[in-house]
Amino acid sequence: MTDTALPDENTSRTANGTGRRVPYRVFTDPEYHAREQEKIFQGEAWSFVALEAEVPEAGDFKSTFIGETPVIVTRAADGAVHVVVNRCAHRGALVCRELRGNRPNLECVYHQWAYDLAGNLIGVPFRRGLKGQGGMPGDFDMKQHGLKQLRVGIVGGLVFASFSQSVVPLNDFLGPLVVEHIKRIMHKPIKVLGDQRQYVHGNWKLYAENTRDPYHASLLHLFHNTFGLYRSTQTGKSLMDSEKRHSLLYSIAASNDDAADKQAYGDSRTFDTEFKLQDMSLLKGRQEFDDGITLVILAVFPNLVLQQIQNTLAVRQIVPKGQEAFELVWTHFGYADDDAEMQAIRRKQTNLIGPAGLISMEDGEAVEIVQNAIVGEQQATSFIAMGGGRAEDADHLVTEGAIVGFWDSYEKLVGFGTAR
Amino acid sequence: MLLDTPSRYELQQLTSELNALYAELIDDDRLEEWPELFVSDCVYTVISRENFERNMDSAAIYCDSRGMLVDRIVSLRKANIFPVHAYRHILGPTRMVSTTGALAKTQTNYAVLMTRTDGHTTIYNSGKYIDEIDLSGERPLFRSKIAVFDTNLIDTMMVRPI
Repeated sequence: MTDTALPDENTSRTANGTGRRVPYRVFTDPEYHAREQEKIFQGEAWSFVALEAEVPEAGDFKSTFIGETPVIVTRAADGAVHVVVNRCAHRGALVCRELRGNRPNLECVYHQWAYDLAGNLIGVPFRRGLKGQGGMPGDFDMKQHGLKQLRVGIVGGLVFASFSQSVVPLNDFLGPLVVEHIKRIMHKPIKVLGDQRQYVHGNWKLYAENTRDPYHASLLHLFHNTFGLYRSTQTGKSLMDSEKRHSLLYSIAASNDDAADKQAYGDSRTFDTEFKLQDMSLLKGRQEFDDGITLVILAVFPNLVLQQIQNTLAVRQIVPKGQEAFELVWTHFGYADDDAEMQAIRRKQTNLIGPAGLISMEDGEAVEIVQNAIVGEQQATSFIAMGGGRAEDADHLVTEGAIVGFWDSYEKLVGFGTAR
Repeated sequence: MLLDTPSRYELQQLTSELNALYAELIDDDRLEEWPELFVSDCVYTVISRENFERNMDSAAIYCDSRGMLVDRIVSLRKANIFPVHAYRHILGPTRMVSTTGALAKTQTNYAVLMTRTDGHTTIYNSGKYIDEIDLSGERPLFRSKIAVFDTNLIDTMMVRPI
């Protein structure tokens, strides 16, 4: 594949002002989509596939996707977590057709080829034929015909997998900052509270941008402002790993005073506005972390967001569906030792997030209005410059630096040029 | 009480009418009147079948007071940003599951069609309502309404009640 440099990519920083330009065709052109599947999702990256807590017992399985490739996450009898491609080694049928369940082995319904939970082929019906007729050739070696087994890495109960044998170890891929913040949230056993599935008619990378973009937060999501709940004393940071692949956005409450934060903060912290919440219990929560951080959006390249928004904890998995749509799977969780009141708090605060979330529902629409506006566009580019237009950390939230970081990484892996 | 000893047939009429009015208020965008169909300490839940059948808490919408319903509507009108759309509820018959005193438990299948400004109509959400209806006052009111939806992919977003 011959890469042709984008005509003004290198000069754009000075010719038209400092900033990153991204050609809109990366969101619409099937060629980029195919290259991403090869270079990212089946290439030199680790993709999130599950929470360990989703497959707690031996025999538990979950079917999901890496990019567009169906995979199965299993827990084997020895406790090890395996990730295999969900495709029979015989003639390519889906081996696992349910979202989740528990079974002693994996069996394809088409011809009943059976695999153990690590993906090794353990049974082929009529392998030696029937009454001396048929059967597999004499040189058929069961060991050569298992399900494709992926590399698996686990950090803080988050399961990642990679098709690549050469990709750096998971901890190095994530980097110390990301590992630290995964472990911060996953510091004790969790309990899965359920999934929410959202279908967004836009390219998955628009969501990668969205979750690295603190600039839009108070401008697009108006719930807090409308009800006078915006806390102007709140401070935040936008940080990246050394490779600029991942992004950590967080904000910290001005007060780190435990007693103050234990209160329902509506009464004491609202401004006089036209609209007031009738039921302030929605925002009643507890301070769970000593560091005072009340919001974390940890966007892990390529397909994961780990979040803490007040007392809501969730992972969001991005599953591309062609170049013009993706599925966003929100898996909510609490901690295994949550008391009844904490469970009630999480249940109610779930109203804030997810596809019907009072402070998050707009993101689906934000992605779609971009996708709808760039149809067929071959030349035009976006212009990303807030905060300086470079992949740099910031101790404020008026920046798009992490979006630039994403595109720098993307350029290295996939490139912006086309073969045409 | 609405009726001293309502017959099963009369109860079904009352609860069916309540559901019909519920759908009409949403579909006609009379959302400010919608919370008035609930008792003040109501519970309103919109939850996927996937979570409901696993006894998991995570709901798309979970309100445990009429005030929270009002807040949802004010947020829709004043804060939330979403594609322009209209709903059309298609309701199946309301089945009386049980009655205890002035509380009726009913179940009703529903489909919500969505029409956006491009003119296309799609099946946005289908499922069933599991309701508890309070018949002790002058008119029937929902004490609890759970919309358990089969449509496990929420298209773009959900802002309007189901």
